[in-house]
Amino acid sequence: MNSDVTSFASLAPAYPEMFLALAALVLLLVGVVVNKERSVLVTVGAVVVLAVAGFMVVFQGADGVLFNGVFISDSFSRYMKALVIGGSALAIVLSFSNATENGVHKYEYSVLALMATLGMMTMVSANDLMSLYVGLELQSLSLYVVAAIKRDDARASEAGLKYFVLGALSSGMLLYGASLIYGFTGHTNLQEIVVAIANEGRSIGLIFGVVFLLAGIAFKISAVPFHMWTPDVYEGAPTPVTAFFATAPKVAAMALLVRLVMDTFEPITRDWQQIIIFLSIASMVLAAFAAIGQRSLKRLIAYSSIGHVGFALVGLSSGTAAGIEGVSIYMAIYITMTVGLFACLLSLRTVDGYVENIDDLAGLSKERPFVAAIMAILMFSLIGLPPLAGFFAKWHVFLAAIEAQLFVLAVIGVLASAVSAFYYLRVVKVMYFDEPVARFQAVPGELNVIMAVTGFLLVTYYFTVGSPLASLAHTAAGSLL
Amino acid sequence: MTFENSILSLLTFLPLLGAAAILLVPAGQGSTANLSRWIALVTTLVVLALSLVLWAAFDPSNPGFQFVVNHAWIGDNIGYRVGVDGISVLFVVLSALLMPIVVISSWDSVESRVKEYMVVFLVLETLMIGVFVTLDLAMFYVFFEGTLLPMFLIIGIWGGKRRIQASYKFFFYTFVGSVLMLLAMMAMYWNAGTTDIVRLLNHPFPPEMQVWLWLAFFASFAVKMPMWPFHRWLPEAHVEAPTAGSVILAAILLKLGGYGFLRFSLPMFPDASAQFANFVFLLSVAAIIITSLVALVQEDVKKLIAYSSVAHMGFVTMGIFAGNALGIQGAIFQMLSHGLVSGALFLCVGVVYDRMHTRDIAAYGGLVERMPRYAFAFMIFTMANVGLPGTSGFVGEFLTLIGVFQINTWVAFGAASGMIFSACYALWLYRRVIFGALTKDSLRGILDLSFKEKVVLYPLIVLTIVFGFYPAPILDTTAGAVDALVAHYSAAVGLEAEPVVAAAAH
Repeated sequence: MNSDVTSFASLAPAYPEMFLALAALVLLLVGVVVNKERSVLVTVGAVVVLAVAGFMVVFQGADGVLFNGVFISDSFSRYMKALVIGGSALAIVLSFSNATENGVHKYEYSVLALMATLGMMTMVSANDLMSLYVGLELQSLSLYVVAAIKRDDARASEAGLKYFVLGALSSGMLLYGASLIYGFTGHTNLQEIVVAIANEGRSIGLIFGVVFLLAGIAFKISAVPFHMWTPDVYEGAPTPVTAFFATAPKVAAMALLVRLVMDTFEPITRDWQQIIIFLSIASMVLAAFAAIGQRSLKRLIAYSSIGHVGFALVGLSSGTAAGIEGVSIYMAIYITMTVGLFACLLSLRTVDGYVENIDDLAGLSKERPFVAAIMAILMFSLIGLPPLAGFFAKWHVFLAAIEAQLFVLAVIGVLASAVSAFYYLRVVKVMYFDEPVARFQAVPGELNVIMAVTGFLLVTYYFTVGSPLASLAHTAAGSLL
Repeated sequence: MTFENSILSLLTFLPLLGAAAILLVPAGQGSTANLSRWIALVTTLVVLALSLVLWAAFDPSNPGFQFVVNHAWIGDNIGYRVGVDGISVLFVVLSALLMPIVVISSWDSVESRVKEYMVVFLVLETLMIGVFVTLDLAMFYVFFEGTLLPMFLIIGIWGGKRRIQASYKFFFYTFVGSVLMLLAMMAMYWNAGTTDIVRLLNHPFPPEMQVWLWLAFFASFAVKMPMWPFHRWLPEAHVEAPTAGSVILAAILLKLGGYGFLRFSLPMFPDASAQFANFVFLLSVAAIIITSLVALVQEDVKKLIAYSSVAHMGFVTMGIFAGNALGIQGAIFQMLSHGLVSGALFLCVGVVYDRMHTRDIAAYGGLVERMPRYAFAFMIFTMANVGLPGTSGFVGEFLTLIGVFQINTWVAFGAASGMIFSACYALWLYRRVIFGALTKDSLRGILDLSFKEKVVLYPLIVLTIVFGFYPAPILDTTAGAVDALVAHYSAAVGLEAEPVVAAAAH
């Protein structure tokens, strides 16, 4: 077979990934050589590396298919990669304050985060079942270690172990599904699989493969019924690590899912649509009701993220360009809200350590009016209350569903969002309507900046980012169909 | 930037600017609260002045939208589109009029978190004016639903003892209704391919689709109005909200529902509106009679006025779905008049609540001895609430009754008998609070209206009486747009309209 790599310049579509891989290895070396208890150099280096990679993705992006068709770079993949890189970089920034207490002060954390990001970018750009799996595993293996990085903490170790066992199971399912698809179509390349399905029609084995593959990915995006690990891991892992879990990996897995179903399984839309609709409804409804009883903030966020995955899937269920657009916009807004939420969480410390329960937030609006205001904006945005960004996210996905005439799904979705308002409002109620009990410590500067920026973006979405984001998502969706 | 294309945007977003200015006031100093109050007052007064300029520049003979701005904005479906017609322009003026009044009324009575209080109210003003001026379906929803957020905080933070339950109830009732409307709006976009209200007004939706769309919009507006039996949130929200919150809730937020019926349900879904008209009549008459009776037995002043609001909104829905010019003119007039009168009544309750810290009717009595000016103001508004000729309350109720009489005499009969009940509860309330012997020791030292309270109440007295004797400024403004709406509605219903007219002739 002739190689499609003829010169260094022909590798342009993969420059960001290559740069990231090299930089991660260099930072690993630096970490070993410096070998300090706390390595600020590596952490800052990791953020800079991600910033550069992000710059390359956004401004130097080149379209193309590389390495005999296993790697693809198009508008969609660049859009999603930008989100992944942004999420990872911000998660590393979030880990900066009180790193030692959280157990993320070791240089390995930043290097593993870079490796995981590289895996996610590979997932987003995967154009072959093999590269898909390689990317997924690079990401997962890094994340298993990251989950348990606070070695001496029983809860963190338990979370890491849970994540590993269930993650391995899901990877197994995904691999099994991939092998079935290969067996029944004879191809691993996604483009060739489309042609094969279109020519030969659907077979029962293929459908089995698709189901297993989707189940594996549903685990990664924590869609119901594959969500069980989420609340435990979110609660057990150190908060900065949870912040990382809740952002970039979700986007990468969602991007992978969108590419697979919209592109590869396009000829069998009717079949996968049922699965996605089921996942979507189950996630929205279960999350809305399960979160009501939660007392722990991180568990609440876990259920909230499950619910939001459900809402994003509403857009995907439509199987149209408008649906991809909706999912793309939804993930961007979701990431912004999640990062802001974790910045708030990390800035709320009393003498006893981080705030864990919702009731501990009592009277926050008097003690720390700024954090409380941002948190309230986030809660209202998560509800999907206009004029905040969360509303526009829901607008785009539900619009796609209505256009695809999925009326029942849309009605269930908006009613679930009304139920979910209940638990988000409780946070606002505790912060604003109750009397203060605890004394909170000063907030680190970088968290203040992140909170201010996310708050600003969510409030002014309509005036500032709304329009450019919509056109970017439009281009991204266009490149996939 | 000419006057024509900037006045509405200015009106909408000026309060937001004021809110930003208040946010910049350094917190934690003695002068913080006072500075916030002054900024809020100046902002709302400027908005009021601008709204009057808008009304003056408004051309009543033009039935279409004026001062229109139209830009595509987010994607190809959400735009920035504003404009006013005869139906909406006066609601803008009403919102702008009541804001400085509530700012002054809470000058002394609100002492905690004054800065946040003023910010929230200014944000609310932006959203309220936005609802009335926007000509984009999605943006209508944004403003309409956005009002939940500040109102939730107003009730929850500055409210009474059971404020949390009340704020939750308020939020959920309205939110559940509204999300269904949101889906209907998306379906409209899917069918018509635009969110431009001007174009949607002329888009014929298929009749079977209209039914579903009408029901979804009804779910939202009926809760917002509120219509019986969707009113359960209202008494609690009113009772627990601070005075200013009650005023805005009664005077403006309830009108969003009526405005929605006029802007969307009637012109965009005429077939469904004609089909459901009897259903609406039934609920309206039930509201007028049942809630009037319920008001009769209330022990709490605010709750009584809240129930009377539900009854008065019954006249509005009845007038709107009568579908003729008299009914709709009357409905709009009734909404505006109710905005003045119910707002003023809640302010009156606030006056004595600030002094005695109780809303129990039984705790008062004989106030006329110590507070003659207050007794006078309260009397005017009570009479206006009853619908006494010579007050603005009369004009609206009278017009809606004539309007509906042409369509269905039984409905008019039921509604008219409801007016008798409303006289009962209102007069009885007045007797128990104002007249009788001043026997309670706690009331002996009570003071009459202060300067600020006079500033707040006297203009409303003047407006109530002026519009009672001379309603022309309002009716002339709305006439053009209402006639166009009625012509559009009758043309769309076409065949169905005739039997109804024939039945009325008997």
